[in-house]
Amino acid sequence: MKRQVPLVLCFVFGIVMIFTQFSPHSFSQWTYQEVISWALIIGPFALVLATVTLIQTHTARIRRRTEHWQYSFVVFAGLIIMVLIGIFLKPQNPMFEWLYNNVQLPMDATMFSLLAFFIASAAYRAFRARTFEASLLLITALIVMMGNVPIGDLLSNDTASKARQWILDNPNLSARRGIILGVSLGVISQSIRIILGIERSYLGGGD
Amino acid sequence: MIKIIQWLAICLVLCLSVGTAFSQGLAPPSNVTAVDTPNDDGSSITITWDAAVEGGGISGYQILRRIADGELEAVGDLLPVGTTTYVDSGIEQGTAYAYIVRALSETEATVDSEQTAPVEGKDEWFHTGKIPLFITMLLFSAAIVWNIYSARSGKELFVRRIPGLEAVDEAIGRATEMGRSILYSTGLGGVSGVATIASMTILGQVARRTADYETVLRVPCRDPIVLNVVREMVKTAYLEEGRPDAYNEDDIFFITESQFAYAAGVEGMMLREKPAAIFLQGTFYAESLILAETGNSVGAIQIAGTDSEHQLPFFIAACDYTLIGEELYAASAYLSREPMLLGSLRGQDWGKILIFTAIVLGVVLELSGVSWITMLLQRVS
Repeated sequence: MKRQVPLVLCFVFGIVMIFTQFSPHSFSQWTYQEVISWALIIGPFALVLATVTLIQTHTARIRRRTEHWQYSFVVFAGLIIMVLIGIFLKPQNPMFEWLYNNVQLPMDATMFSLLAFFIASAAYRAFRARTFEASLLLITALIVMMGNVPIGDLLSNDTASKARQWILDNPNLSARRGIILGVSLGVISQSIRIILGIERSYLGGGD
Repeated sequence: MIKIIQWLAICLVLCLSVGTAFSQGLAPPSNVTAVDTPNDDGSSITITWDAAVEGGGISGYQILRRIADGELEAVGDLLPVGTTTYVDSGIEQGTAYAYIVRALSETEATVDSEQTAPVEGKDEWFHTGKIPLFITMLLFSAAIVWNIYSARSGKELFVRRIPGLEAVDEAIGRATEMGRSILYSTGLGGVSGVATIASMTILGQVARRTADYETVLRVPCRDPIVLNVVREMVKTAYLEEGRPDAYNEDDIFFITESQFAYAAGVEGMMLREKPAAIFLQGTFYAESLILAETGNSVGAIQIAGTDSEHQLPFFIAACDYTLIGEELYAASAYLSREPMLLGSLRGQDWGKILIFTAIVLGVVLELSGVSWITMLLQRVS
């Protein structure tokens, strides 16, 4: 029974939600929006549980004095300060906005900017011309890079940007579309398995 | 000579007269029709009329409507000349509206069309424009379902080798031998994401093996609902393998919902704990390379898999094995070897054959000057 009820619900709602994609009727669209709203309600309850696990994890880190355990205090400080300001002064308070704009956003931007260095190191490994495929990748990457910078066109009389565009529009797009087609079929296949109750991992495992 | 001058003068007078007549008298919009917009929820009516003659002096149109014998009211903004269709989406269901299209000149002269017959907006239960899509979906679903149930007969199905999935045992074995942990990330997707569900399925299989080998499995989560489902899954896997004592709930934990803070948290774990094997399976965005490169720098064997085609090159460059797109969805069938799941893979292949045939046929027909298949596909899209 513990397994059957979710499976029946999944089957019924799966079929209903597919139907709403083919029916413009106001009742069908209302059903779609309503079910989406139900799904959103689950989020806040799960977030409470997730916050508890976060506190437990960092409390354990401090208690066991694991490596860099001091940083767990920073987690607690951030959590407490933002929650207190958010609850008592409301999220529209300038202090809350200041902390978000001047602490969280710069830290996010810092992480994002690290990507440039990681791209360089990954490209170095990927483009080492040790095999035929790697050499092909290297040549293609060089053409695309030359097509992206002004000096490429200056040296090649616009040939670099035309070659770059041809690579992006033909071999690159064809490969991407192939992947997208495969992914779409995979998604449909997986969805059918879920609706029919053959795939049950989302129930928390087991049969 | 005098006759020629006389004829020219007559022609000039005629031309000027015709021009003056056109500039003074606007022709009313003709063939005005108002119909319930097809394939909608009854919230709009479509009004169409014939295009104005060039040089007819019309500078724009205003749509007017009335309910029964009520007053005329203007609907929407002034429409530019050349417009021949207007969709009135501000109607109430069950109310009949009659429409007039008013033509306006630059001198602010107006002329009204005849009033259309009253029309009501009606709810449609089925979008007829999606019939080809619906039939394709039914055919594809039927192929998958047929293969799933025919697979129950026990017939051996061939599944091509997927190196990324073959390496799962190797990665877990390596971590066990080295006495280090395994790090598994389900990515940034929520529980409603199909890629996340596929990732959790792989995690279930990985958890069974780590329960057997008594290897530590660490799962940092970004989504609170995913966290709870993952905990249940891993716990069940350990129970089914007869190792409930080896399950540690603290190893599956929430980091944050923020994208880069999550990346920083997982990156920190990689650098501190130096896991021997890293699984990056699910939906990833810009953080994919940050995670994969850090994993590479600590010398872990990395198996990645995602359906985000923009992140695939990064994983291919930085990871040892990558599940490309659909391979992620095939993983549960491949690892569990359940006949019914394998049957669905064959159904998926039938779909690919169908699409491939349509592409080849479309190219051949288009090159031969026959374009009906292209037109059909354009209509569907």
